[in-house]
Amino acid sequence: MNFLERTLAGFLNAVEHALDAEDLAKANGLLQCLDPRVKVIGILILVIAAATAHKLWVIGAVFAFALLLAASSRVSPLLLGRRVWIPALIFTGIIAFPAPFVIPGRVVWRLPGLGWPLTAQGLMSAGYLVTRVETAATLSVLLILSTPWTRVLKALRVLRVPVVLVVILGMAYRYIFLLLESARDMLESRRSRMVGKLNGPDNRRLAAASVGVLMSKTLQLSGDVYSAMLARGFRGEVYMLDDFQTAALDWIMLVLIAALAAAAFYYGR
Amino acid sequence: MTENPMTVPVFDVRDVTFRYHQVTALEGLSLAIPPGKRIALLGANGSGKSTLLRLLDGLAFPEKGEITFCGEPLSEERLQSPEFAYPFRRRVGMVFQNPDIQLFSPTVFDEVAFGPLQLQWPKDKVLAAVKEMLEAMRITHLKDRSPHHLSTGEKKRVTLASVLVLDPEVLLLDEPTSALDPKSASQMIDFLIGLRGGAKTVVTSTHDLDIVEDIADECFVFQTGRLVAAGTPTEILRQTSLLEQTNLTHAHRHIHATGETHSHPHLHPHKH
Repeated sequence: MNFLERTLAGFLNAVEHALDAEDLAKANGLLQCLDPRVKVIGILILVIAAATAHKLWVIGAVFAFALLLAASSRVSPLLLGRRVWIPALIFTGIIAFPAPFVIPGRVVWRLPGLGWPLTAQGLMSAGYLVTRVETAATLSVLLILSTPWTRVLKALRVLRVPVVLVVILGMAYRYIFLLLESARDMLESRRSRMVGKLNGPDNRRLAAASVGVLMSKTLQLSGDVYSAMLARGFRGEVYMLDDFQTAALDWIMLVLIAALAAAAFYYGR
Repeated sequence: MTENPMTVPVFDVRDVTFRYHQVTALEGLSLAIPPGKRIALLGANGSGKSTLLRLLDGLAFPEKGEITFCGEPLSEERLQSPEFAYPFRRRVGMVFQNPDIQLFSPTVFDEVAFGPLQLQWPKDKVLAAVKEMLEAMRITHLKDRSPHHLSTGEKKRVTLASVLVLDPEVLLLDEPTSALDPKSASQMIDFLIGLRGGAKTVVTSTHDLDIVEDIADECFVFQTGRLVAAGTPTEILRQTSLLEQTNLTHAHRHIHATGETHSHPHLHPHKH
Protein backbone atom coordinates (compact mmCIF):
# COMPACT_ATOMS: atom_id res chain seq x y z
CA MET A 1 0.00 0.00 0.00
CA ASN A 2 1.37 3.40 -0.91
CA PHE A 3 0.77 6.71 0.84
CA LEU A 4 -2.39 7.53 -1.15
CA GLU A 5 -3.99 4.16 -0.50
CA ARG A 6 -3.12 4.32 3.20
CA THR A 7 -4.61 7.82 3.44
CA LEU A 8 -7.81 6.71 1.70
CA ALA A 9 -8.10 3.64 3.90
CA GLY A 10 -7.65 5.91 6.92
CA PHE A 11 -10.37 8.26 5.70
CA LEU A 12 -12.79 5.41 5.10
CA ASN A 13 -12.01 3.98 8.50
CA ALA A 14 -12.62 7.35 10.19
CA VAL A 15 -15.92 7.81 8.37
CA GLU A 16 -17.05 4.29 9.24
CA HIS A 17 -16.16 5.02 12.89
CA ALA A 18 -18.30 8.14 12.69
CA LEU A 19 -21.19 5.91 11.70
CA ASP A 20 -20.46 3.52 14.57
CA ALA A 21 -20.86 6.50 16.89
CA GLU A 22 -24.49 6.67 15.75
CA ASP A 23 -25.14 3.46 17.69
CA LEU A 24 -24.32 5.35 20.88
CA ALA A 25 -26.71 8.10 19.80
CA LYS A 26 -29.51 5.52 19.87
CA ALA A 27 -28.69 4.40 23.45
CA ASN A 28 -31.13 5.14 26.25
CA GLY A 29 -29.39 7.97 28.14
CA LEU A 30 -30.06 11.47 29.40
CA LEU A 31 -28.54 13.41 26.49
CA GLN A 32 -30.02 11.00 23.96
CA CYS A 33 -33.52 11.82 25.31
CA LEU A 34 -33.10 15.56 24.87
CA ASP A 35 -34.26 17.64 21.93
CA PRO A 36 -31.17 18.28 19.70
CA ARG A 37 -31.90 22.03 19.76
CA VAL A 38 -31.67 22.05 23.58
CA LYS A 39 -28.39 20.15 23.37
CA VAL A 40 -26.92 22.53 20.78
CA ILE A 41 -27.90 25.63 22.77
CA GLY A 42 -27.01 24.14 26.17
CA ILE A 43 -23.61 22.85 25.12
CA LEU A 44 -22.78 26.10 23.31
CA ILE A 45 -23.56 28.10 26.49
CA LEU A 46 -21.41 25.77 28.61
CA VAL A 47 -18.51 25.94 26.15
CA ILE A 48 -18.65 29.76 26.24
CA ALA A 49 -18.83 29.70 30.05
CA ALA A 50 -15.75 27.45 30.27
CA ALA A 51 -13.85 29.47 27.66
CA THR A 52 -14.45 32.81 29.39
CA ALA A 53 -13.95 31.69 33.02
CA HIS A 54 -10.86 33.11 34.75
CA LYS A 55 -10.81 30.69 37.66
CA LEU A 56 -9.60 27.12 37.36
CA TRP A 57 -12.12 25.75 39.85
CA VAL A 58 -15.00 27.19 37.77
CA ILE A 59 -13.68 25.48 34.61
CA GLY A 60 -13.25 22.34 36.73
CA ALA A 61 -16.89 22.56 37.84
CA VAL A 62 -18.10 22.79 34.23
CA PHE A 63 -15.85 19.84 33.37
CA ALA A 64 -17.31 17.88 36.29
CA PHE A 65 -20.82 18.64 34.99
CA ALA A 66 -19.73 17.34 31.56
CA LEU A 67 -18.57 14.13 33.27
CA LEU A 68 -21.96 13.81 34.97
CA LEU A 69 -23.68 14.25 31.62
CA ALA A 70 -21.40 11.60 30.08
CA ALA A 71 -22.10 9.12 32.90
CA SER A 72 -25.86 9.62 32.62
CA SER A 73 -25.68 9.21 28.83
CA ARG A 74 -23.78 5.89 28.83
CA VAL A 75 -20.62 7.46 27.42
CA SER A 76 -17.70 5.68 29.08
CA PRO A 77 -14.69 7.63 30.42
CA LEU A 78 -12.52 5.20 28.45
CA LEU A 79 -14.12 6.32 25.19
CA LEU A 80 -13.77 9.98 26.15
CA GLY A 81 -10.16 9.42 27.16
CA ARG A 82 -9.30 7.77 23.86
CA ARG A 83 -11.27 10.11 21.61
CA VAL A 84 -10.94 13.45 23.45
CA TRP A 85 -8.74 13.78 26.49
CA ILE A 86 -5.50 12.25 25.18
CA PRO A 87 -5.62 13.85 21.67
CA ALA A 88 -6.64 17.23 23.19
CA LEU A 89 -3.88 16.98 25.79
CA ILE A 90 -1.26 16.20 23.15
CA PHE A 91 -2.48 18.98 20.85
CA THR A 92 -2.79 21.71 23.47
CA GLY A 93 0.21 20.37 25.42
CA ILE A 94 2.47 21.18 22.47
CA ILE A 95 1.10 24.72 22.36
CA ALA A 96 1.06 25.20 26.15
CA PHE A 97 4.44 23.59 26.86
CA PRO A 98 6.61 26.76 26.43
CA ALA A 99 4.25 28.95 28.49
CA PRO A 100 5.58 28.08 32.01
CA PHE A 101 9.11 28.90 30.82
CA VAL A 102 8.49 32.09 28.84
CA ILE A 103 5.80 33.87 30.86
CA PRO A 104 7.50 36.04 33.50
CA GLY A 105 6.46 35.68 37.16
CA ARG A 106 7.27 34.02 40.46
CA VAL A 107 9.73 31.16 39.87
CA VAL A 108 8.53 27.93 41.50
CA TRP A 109 11.06 25.47 40.08
CA ARG A 110 14.08 25.29 37.76
CA LEU A 111 14.64 22.64 35.08
CA PRO A 112 17.58 20.48 36.31
CA GLY A 113 20.68 20.81 34.16
CA LEU A 114 19.43 23.67 32.00
CA GLY A 115 18.26 25.83 34.88
CA TRP A 116 15.25 27.22 32.97
CA PRO A 117 12.80 28.89 35.39
CA LEU A 118 9.24 27.58 35.69
CA THR A 119 6.87 30.39 36.73
CA ALA A 120 3.58 30.17 38.65
CA GLN A 121 1.92 32.55 36.17
CA GLY A 122 3.16 30.43 33.24
CA LEU A 123 1.84 27.25 34.82
CA MET A 124 -1.50 28.96 35.42
CA SER A 125 -1.72 30.05 31.75
CA ALA A 126 -0.92 26.55 30.52
CA GLY A 127 -3.46 25.14 32.99
CA TYR A 128 -6.17 27.49 31.70
CA LEU A 129 -5.49 26.55 28.10
CA VAL A 130 -5.46 22.80 28.71
CA THR A 131 -8.53 22.73 30.99
CA ARG A 132 -10.57 25.01 28.73
CA VAL A 133 -9.79 22.93 25.64
CA GLU A 134 -10.44 19.64 27.45
CA THR A 135 -13.78 20.92 28.79
CA ALA A 136 -14.94 22.39 25.46
CA ALA A 137 -13.86 19.28 23.53
CA THR A 138 -15.56 16.94 26.03
CA LEU A 139 -18.84 18.88 25.78
CA SER A 140 -18.71 19.03 21.95
CA VAL A 141 -17.96 15.32 21.63
CA LEU A 142 -20.82 14.52 24.02
CA LEU A 143 -23.15 16.38 21.63
CA ILE A 144 -21.87 14.43 18.62
CA LEU A 145 -21.88 11.06 20.41
CA SER A 146 -25.40 11.48 21.75
CA THR A 147 -27.02 12.85 18.59
CA PRO A 148 -27.14 11.47 15.03
CA TRP A 149 -25.20 13.85 12.79
CA THR A 150 -28.26 14.54 10.66
CA ARG A 151 -30.16 15.73 13.75
CA VAL A 152 -27.24 17.95 14.80
CA LEU A 153 -27.32 19.58 11.37
CA LYS A 154 -31.05 20.20 11.56
CA ALA A 155 -30.69 21.57 15.09
CA LEU A 156 -28.18 24.14 13.79
CA ARG A 157 -31.19 25.88 12.27
CA VAL A 158 -32.00 27.11 15.78
CA LEU A 159 -28.76 29.13 15.59
CA ARG A 160 -30.04 30.69 12.35
CA VAL A 161 -27.66 28.70 10.16
CA PRO A 162 -29.13 29.06 6.63
CA VAL A 163 -31.15 26.08 5.34
CA VAL A 164 -29.02 25.85 2.22
CA LEU A 165 -25.84 25.40 4.31
CA VAL A 166 -27.51 22.71 6.42
CA VAL A 167 -28.61 20.89 3.25
CA ILE A 168 -25.13 21.16 1.69
CA LEU A 169 -23.52 19.74 4.85
CA GLY A 170 -26.07 16.91 4.90
CA MET A 171 -25.43 16.06 1.26
CA ALA A 172 -21.66 16.22 1.76
CA TYR A 173 -22.02 13.75 4.63
CA ARG A 174 -24.16 11.51 2.42
CA TYR A 175 -21.86 11.46 -0.63
CA ILE A 176 -18.47 11.37 1.06
CA PHE A 177 -18.94 7.61 1.52
CA LEU A 178 -19.82 7.05 -2.11
CA LEU A 179 -16.84 9.03 -3.41
CA LEU A 180 -14.39 7.47 -0.96
CA GLU A 181 -15.57 4.01 -1.97
CA SER A 182 -15.25 4.98 -5.60
CA ALA A 183 -11.67 6.17 -5.01
CA ARG A 184 -10.79 2.99 -3.14
CA ASP A 185 -12.26 0.82 -5.94
CA MET A 186 -10.20 2.74 -8.51
CA LEU A 187 -6.98 2.20 -6.58
CA GLU A 188 -7.75 -1.47 -5.93
CA SER A 189 -8.50 -2.12 -9.59
CA ARG A 190 -5.20 -0.47 -10.47
CA ARG A 191 -3.34 -2.58 -7.91
CA SER A 192 -4.94 -5.78 -9.26
CA ARG A 193 -3.34 -5.08 -12.66
CA MET A 194 0.11 -4.20 -11.39
CA VAL A 195 3.18 -6.31 -10.77
CA GLY A 196 5.94 -4.90 -8.60
CA LYS A 197 6.25 -1.33 -7.39
CA LEU A 198 6.02 1.92 -9.30
CA ASN A 199 8.74 4.50 -8.95
CA GLY A 200 8.00 7.88 -7.35
CA PRO A 201 7.24 9.97 -10.48
CA ASP A 202 5.00 7.24 -11.99
CA ASN A 203 3.19 6.88 -8.69
CA ARG A 204 2.57 10.64 -8.52
CA ARG A 205 1.42 10.68 -12.16
CA LEU A 206 -1.08 7.90 -11.47
CA ALA A 207 -2.26 9.61 -8.28
CA ALA A 208 -2.85 12.85 -10.21
CA ALA A 209 -4.74 10.92 -12.92
CA SER A 210 -6.90 9.25 -10.24
CA VAL A 211 -7.68 12.63 -8.70
CA GLY A 212 -8.72 13.91 -12.14
CA VAL A 213 -10.99 10.90 -12.78
CA LEU A 214 -12.53 11.26 -9.33
CA MET A 215 -13.10 14.96 -9.97
CA SER A 216 -14.91 14.26 -13.22
CA LYS A 217 -16.98 11.54 -11.48
CA THR A 218 -17.88 14.06 -8.78
CA LEU A 219 -19.01 16.59 -11.38
CA GLN A 220 -21.10 13.93 -13.16
CA LEU A 221 -22.62 12.86 -9.83
CA SER A 222 -23.45 16.42 -8.83
CA GLY A 223 -25.19 16.99 -12.19
CA ASP A 224 -27.20 13.79 -11.80
CA VAL A 225 -28.15 14.59 -8.21
CA TYR A 226 -29.27 18.05 -9.28
CA SER A 227 -31.48 16.47 -11.98
CA ALA A 228 -32.97 14.11 -9.39
CA MET A 229 -33.71 17.10 -7.14
CA LEU A 230 -35.33 19.02 -10.01
CA ALA A 231 -37.45 15.98 -10.85
CA ARG A 232 -39.01 16.17 -7.38
CA GLY A 233 -39.86 19.83 -7.41
CA PHE A 234 -36.63 21.57 -6.33
CA ARG A 235 -36.59 25.11 -7.71
CA GLY A 236 -33.60 26.68 -5.96
CA GLU A 237 -35.23 27.11 -2.53
CA VAL A 238 -34.78 24.24 -0.09
CA TYR A 239 -37.51 23.38 2.39
CA MET A 240 -36.85 21.23 5.44
CA LEU A 241 -39.00 19.48 7.97
CA ASP A 242 -38.05 20.53 11.50
CA ASP A 243 -39.75 17.63 13.22
CA PHE A 244 -38.43 18.34 16.72
CA GLN A 245 -40.64 18.19 19.79
CA THR A 246 -39.71 19.55 23.19
CA ALA A 247 -40.77 17.78 26.39
CA ALA A 248 -40.72 18.83 30.07
CA LEU A 249 -37.28 17.24 30.53
CA ASP A 250 -35.87 19.48 27.75
CA TRP A 251 -37.03 22.63 29.54
CA ILE A 252 -35.76 21.40 32.92
CA MET A 253 -32.32 20.63 31.48
CA LEU A 254 -32.20 23.93 29.59
CA VAL A 255 -32.99 25.88 32.77
CA LEU A 256 -30.44 23.82 34.75
CA ILE A 257 -27.71 24.37 32.15
CA ALA A 258 -28.55 28.09 31.88
CA ALA A 259 -28.35 28.43 35.70
CA LEU A 260 -25.02 26.59 35.79
CA ALA A 261 -23.63 28.72 32.97
CA ALA A 262 -24.84 31.93 34.69
CA ALA A 263 -23.11 30.83 37.91
CA ALA A 264 -19.93 30.04 35.92
CA PHE A 265 -20.02 33.50 34.29
CA TYR A 266 -20.55 35.16 37.68
CA TYR A 267 -17.96 33.26 39.74
CA GLY A 268 -15.50 32.94 36.87
CA ARG A 269 -15.15 36.69 36.29
CA MET B 1 -64.95 22.49 -28.84
CA THR B 2 -62.76 21.12 -26.03
CA GLU B 3 -60.67 18.01 -26.62
CA ASN B 4 -61.52 14.84 -24.71
CA PRO B 5 -58.73 14.46 -22.11
CA MET B 6 -58.68 10.70 -22.75
CA THR B 7 -57.72 11.27 -26.37
CA VAL B 8 -54.96 13.82 -25.72
CA PRO B 9 -51.65 11.98 -25.33
CA VAL B 10 -49.88 12.41 -22.00
CA PHE B 11 -46.69 12.93 -23.98
CA ASP B 12 -46.52 13.74 -27.65
CA VAL B 13 -42.98 13.60 -29.04
CA ARG B 14 -42.65 15.16 -32.48
CA ASP B 15 -39.51 14.84 -34.63
CA VAL B 16 -37.18 15.19 -31.63
CA THR B 17 -33.41 15.25 -31.99
CA PHE B 18 -31.06 15.43 -28.99
CA ARG B 19 -27.27 15.38 -28.84
CA TYR B 20 -24.79 15.07 -25.98
CA HIS B 21 -22.04 17.32 -27.32
CA GLN B 22 -21.27 15.66 -30.69
CA VAL B 23 -22.98 12.33 -29.96
CA THR B 24 -26.52 11.94 -31.25
CA ALA B 25 -28.68 10.29 -28.60
CA LEU B 26 -32.06 10.66 -30.33
CA GLU B 27 -32.74 11.51 -33.96
CA GLY B 28 -36.05 12.46 -35.56
CA LEU B 29 -38.04 10.64 -32.88
CA SER B 30 -41.84 10.80 -32.98
CA LEU B 31 -44.16 8.88 -30.70
CA ALA B 32 -47.22 9.42 -28.51
CA ILE B 33 -47.92 8.04 -25.06
CA PRO B 34 -51.65 7.77 -24.35
CA PRO B 35 -53.06 8.20 -20.84
CA GLY B 36 -53.42 5.15 -18.58
CA LYS B 37 -51.16 2.97 -20.73
CA ARG B 38 -48.14 1.01 -19.57
CA ILE B 39 -45.36 1.54 -22.07
CA ALA B 40 -42.03 -0.27 -22.33
CA LEU B 41 -39.09 1.44 -24.03
CA LEU B 42 -36.89 -1.39 -25.27
CA GLY B 43 -33.34 -1.11 -26.52
CA ALA B 44 -29.74 -2.00 -25.82
CA ASN B 45 -27.46 0.25 -23.79
CA GLY B 46 -26.94 3.59 -25.51
CA SER B 47 -30.06 3.29 -27.67
CA GLY B 48 -31.58 6.50 -26.29
CA LYS B 49 -34.16 5.15 -23.80
CA SER B 50 -32.81 7.00 -20.75
CA THR B 51 -32.37 10.19 -22.76
CA LEU B 52 -36.02 10.03 -23.79
CA LEU B 53 -37.08 9.62 -20.16
CA ARG B 54 -35.02 12.69 -19.19
CA LEU B 55 -36.68 14.67 -21.98
CA LEU B 56 -40.15 13.51 -20.88
CA ASP B 57 -39.37 14.58 -17.32
CA GLY B 58 -38.26 18.04 -18.42
CA LEU B 59 -34.68 17.51 -17.24
CA ALA B 60 -33.26 18.07 -20.72
CA PHE B 61 -34.76 19.72 -23.80
CA PRO B 62 -34.66 18.72 -27.47
CA GLU B 63 -32.29 20.43 -29.86
CA LYS B 64 -34.91 20.01 -32.58
CA GLY B 65 -38.57 19.06 -32.49
CA GLU B 66 -41.15 19.43 -29.76
CA ILE B 67 -42.59 17.55 -26.78
CA THR B 68 -45.99 18.29 -25.29
CA PHE B 69 -47.37 17.20 -21.93
CA CYS B 70 -51.19 16.82 -21.94
CA GLY B 71 -51.32 19.16 -24.93
CA GLU B 72 -49.06 21.84 -23.43
CA PRO B 73 -45.52 22.43 -24.70
CA LEU B 74 -42.88 20.98 -22.38
CA SER B 75 -40.11 23.54 -22.68
CA GLU B 76 -37.46 25.15 -20.50
CA GLU B 77 -39.42 28.42 -20.50
CA ARG B 78 -42.64 26.71 -19.40
CA LEU B 79 -40.82 24.96 -16.54
CA GLN B 80 -39.53 28.31 -15.29
CA SER B 81 -43.11 29.23 -14.46
CA PRO B 82 -44.34 27.95 -11.05
CA GLU B 83 -47.89 27.69 -12.45
CA PHE B 84 -46.69 24.97 -14.83
CA ALA B 85 -43.71 23.54 -12.93
CA TYR B 86 -45.37 22.66 -9.60
CA PRO B 87 -48.33 20.74 -11.10
CA PHE B 88 -46.00 19.08 -13.63
CA ARG B 89 -43.61 17.86 -10.92
CA ARG B 90 -46.57 16.61 -8.87
CA ARG B 91 -48.10 14.79 -11.83
CA VAL B 92 -44.93 13.26 -13.29
CA GLY B 93 -42.51 11.20 -11.18
CA MET B 94 -39.25 9.69 -12.32
CA VAL B 95 -37.26 6.86 -10.77
CA PHE B 96 -33.63 6.94 -11.89
CA GLN B 97 -31.57 3.89 -12.78
CA ASN B 98 -28.87 4.57 -10.18
CA PRO B 99 -30.63 4.89 -6.80
CA ASP B 100 -27.61 6.61 -5.25
CA ILE B 101 -28.19 9.78 -7.25
CA GLN B 102 -31.79 9.93 -6.12
CA LEU B 103 -31.08 9.29 -2.45
CA PHE B 104 -29.37 12.53 -1.51
CA SER B 105 -31.05 13.19 1.85
CA PRO B 106 -29.43 12.15 5.13
CA THR B 107 -32.18 9.69 6.14
CA VAL B 108 -34.89 7.63 4.45
CA PHE B 109 -37.59 9.72 6.14
CA ASP B 110 -36.09 12.98 4.84
CA GLU B 111 -35.77 11.44 1.39
CA VAL B 112 -39.46 10.53 1.15
CA ALA B 113 -40.43 13.94 2.58
CA PHE B 114 -38.24 15.87 0.11
CA GLY B 115 -40.74 16.00 -2.79
CA PRO B 116 -43.80 17.05 -0.74
CA LEU B 117 -41.71 19.69 1.04
CA GLN B 118 -40.45 21.20 -2.21
CA LEU B 119 -44.05 21.35 -3.45
CA GLN B 120 -44.79 23.23 -0.22
CA TRP B 121 -47.40 20.90 1.18
CA PRO B 122 -48.48 21.76 4.76
CA LYS B 123 -46.39 20.07 7.46
CA ASP B 124 -49.24 17.84 8.70
CA LYS B 125 -49.96 16.62 5.19
CA VAL B 126 -46.25 15.91 4.58
CA LEU B 127 -45.95 13.89 7.80
CA ALA B 128 -49.12 11.91 7.09
CA ALA B 129 -48.17 11.21 3.44
CA VAL B 130 -44.64 10.10 4.35
CA LYS B 131 -45.89 7.81 7.13
CA GLU B 132 -48.47 6.26 4.82
CA MET B 133 -45.95 5.73 2.02
CA LEU B 134 -43.32 4.19 4.31
CA GLU B 135 -45.96 1.73 5.53
CA ALA B 136 -47.23 0.98 2.01
CA MET B 137 -43.69 0.21 0.80
CA ARG B 138 -42.90 -1.69 4.03
CA ILE B 139 -39.88 0.46 4.81
CA THR B 140 -41.01 2.11 8.06
CA HIS B 141 -38.22 0.26 9.89
CA LEU B 142 -35.68 2.03 7.66
CA LYS B 143 -36.94 5.57 8.24
CA ASP B 144 -34.03 6.79 10.37
CA ARG B 145 -31.36 4.94 8.39
CA SER B 146 -28.83 6.64 6.15
CA PRO B 147 -29.19 5.59 2.47
CA HIS B 148 -25.54 4.51 2.63
CA HIS B 149 -26.55 1.63 4.88
CA LEU B 150 -29.26 0.21 2.61
CA SER B 151 -29.02 -2.72 0.21
CA THR B 152 -29.65 -2.03 -3.49
CA GLY B 153 -33.13 -3.56 -3.21
CA GLU B 154 -33.98 -1.34 -0.24
CA LYS B 155 -32.58 1.70 -2.05
CA LYS B 156 -34.84 1.00 -5.03
CA ARG B 157 -37.86 0.74 -2.74
CA VAL B 158 -36.97 4.04 -1.09
CA THR B 159 -36.55 5.76 -4.49
CA LEU B 160 -39.98 4.47 -5.53
CA ALA B 161 -41.49 5.63 -2.23
CA SER B 162 -39.90 9.07 -2.65
CA VAL B 163 -41.66 9.45 -6.00
CA LEU B 164 -44.96 7.70 -5.23
CA VAL B 165 -45.50 9.86 -2.14
CA LEU B 166 -46.53 12.63 -4.55
CA ASP B 167 -49.11 10.27 -6.08
CA PRO B 168 -48.04 11.09 -9.66
CA GLU B 169 -50.30 10.34 -12.59
CA VAL B 170 -47.31 9.47 -14.76
CA LEU B 171 -44.44 7.27 -13.63
CA LEU B 172 -41.17 7.19 -15.58
CA LEU B 173 -38.98 4.24 -14.58
CA ASP B 174 -35.41 3.87 -15.82
CA GLU B 175 -34.28 0.23 -15.70
CA PRO B 176 -36.21 -0.56 -12.50
CA THR B 177 -34.79 -4.08 -12.12
CA SER B 178 -31.15 -3.37 -12.98
CA ALA B 179 -28.55 -4.43 -10.37
CA LEU B 180 -31.21 -6.15 -8.26
CA ASP B 181 -30.83 -9.68 -6.97
CA PRO B 182 -33.47 -12.12 -8.29
CA LYS B 183 -35.73 -11.81 -5.22
CA SER B 184 -35.67 -7.97 -5.19
CA ALA B 185 -36.19 -7.93 -8.97
CA SER B 186 -39.20 -10.20 -8.56
CA GLN B 187 -40.64 -7.91 -5.83
CA MET B 188 -40.16 -4.91 -8.11
CA ILE B 189 -41.95 -6.68 -10.99
CA ASP B 190 -44.79 -7.64 -8.65
CA PHE B 191 -45.08 -4.00 -7.72
CA LEU B 192 -45.14 -2.88 -11.36
CA ILE B 193 -47.76 -5.52 -12.17
CA GLY B 194 -49.77 -4.11 -9.28
CA LEU B 195 -49.97 -0.81 -11.15
CA ARG B 196 -52.08 -2.50 -13.85
CA GLY B 197 -55.60 -1.17 -13.90
CA GLY B 198 -54.65 1.95 -11.99
CA ALA B 199 -55.09 5.40 -13.44
CA LYS B 200 -51.34 5.81 -13.82
CA THR B 201 -49.45 6.04 -17.07
CA VAL B 202 -46.23 4.07 -16.63
CA VAL B 203 -43.26 4.39 -18.98
CA THR B 204 -40.53 1.84 -18.23
CA SER B 205 -37.18 1.71 -19.96
CA THR B 206 -35.68 -1.77 -19.96
CA HIS B 207 -33.73 -4.32 -21.94
CA ASP B 208 -35.05 -7.20 -19.87
CA LEU B 209 -37.43 -8.95 -22.28
CA ASP B 210 -38.56 -11.44 -19.64
CA ILE B 211 -40.56 -8.80 -17.81
CA VAL B 212 -42.03 -6.93 -20.78
CA GLU B 213 -45.28 -8.89 -21.09
CA ASP B 214 -45.94 -8.37 -17.37
CA ILE B 215 -45.26 -4.66 -17.18
CA ALA B 216 -46.36 -3.24 -20.55
CA ASP B 217 -49.37 -2.92 -22.84
CA GLU B 218 -47.29 -1.37 -25.63
CA CYS B 219 -43.62 -1.37 -26.58
CA PHE B 220 -41.34 0.98 -28.47
CA VAL B 221 -38.07 -0.51 -29.69
CA PHE B 222 -35.03 1.79 -30.01
CA GLN B 223 -31.75 1.43 -31.83
CA THR B 224 -29.02 4.09 -31.84
CA GLY B 225 -31.44 6.88 -31.08
CA ARG B 226 -34.12 5.89 -33.57
CA LEU B 227 -37.49 4.22 -33.10
CA VAL B 228 -37.34 1.00 -35.12
CA ALA B 229 -40.55 -0.77 -34.08
CA ALA B 230 -43.71 -0.39 -32.05
CA GLY B 231 -46.43 -2.84 -31.02
CA THR B 232 -47.85 -4.97 -28.26
CA PRO B 233 -45.38 -7.09 -26.27
CA THR B 234 -46.58 -10.25 -28.03
CA GLU B 235 -46.07 -8.68 -31.47
CA ILE B 236 -42.59 -7.42 -30.59
CA LEU B 237 -41.38 -10.58 -28.86
CA ARG B 238 -42.41 -12.62 -31.90
CA GLN B 239 -39.98 -10.71 -34.14
CA THR B 240 -36.77 -12.59 -33.33
CA SER B 241 -34.78 -11.00 -36.15
CA LEU B 242 -35.69 -7.51 -34.87
CA LEU B 243 -34.66 -8.45 -31.34
CA GLU B 244 -31.34 -9.84 -32.56
CA GLN B 245 -30.71 -6.81 -34.74
CA THR B 246 -31.33 -4.46 -31.79
CA ASN B 247 -29.10 -6.54 -29.44
CA LEU B 248 -32.03 -7.45 -27.21
CA THR B 249 -31.47 -11.23 -27.42
CA HIS B 250 -28.28 -13.18 -27.20
CA ALA B 251 -27.21 -16.71 -27.90
CA HIS B 252 -27.38 -19.36 -25.19
CA ARG B 253 -24.91 -22.22 -25.40
CA HIS B 254 -25.93 -25.65 -24.22
CA ILE B 255 -24.81 -29.28 -24.55
CA HIS B 256 -27.20 -31.95 -25.81
CA ALA B 257 -27.25 -35.52 -24.50
CA THR B 258 -25.35 -36.55 -27.61
CA GLY B 259 -22.46 -34.34 -26.49
CA GLU B 260 -23.06 -31.84 -29.29
CA THR B 261 -22.68 -28.19 -28.24
CA HIS B 262 -24.57 -25.46 -30.04
CA SER B 263 -25.97 -21.99 -29.44
CA HIS B 264 -29.02 -20.03 -30.52
CA PRO B 265 -30.92 -16.98 -29.27
CA HIS B 266 -34.08 -17.53 -27.24
CA LEU B 267 -36.42 -15.91 -24.71
CA HIS B 268 -37.76 -17.23 -21.41
CA PRO B 269 -41.46 -16.35 -21.53
CA HIS B 270 -43.88 -18.18 -19.25
CA LYS B 271 -47.56 -17.79 -18.53
CA HIS B 272 -49.66 -19.56 -15.92
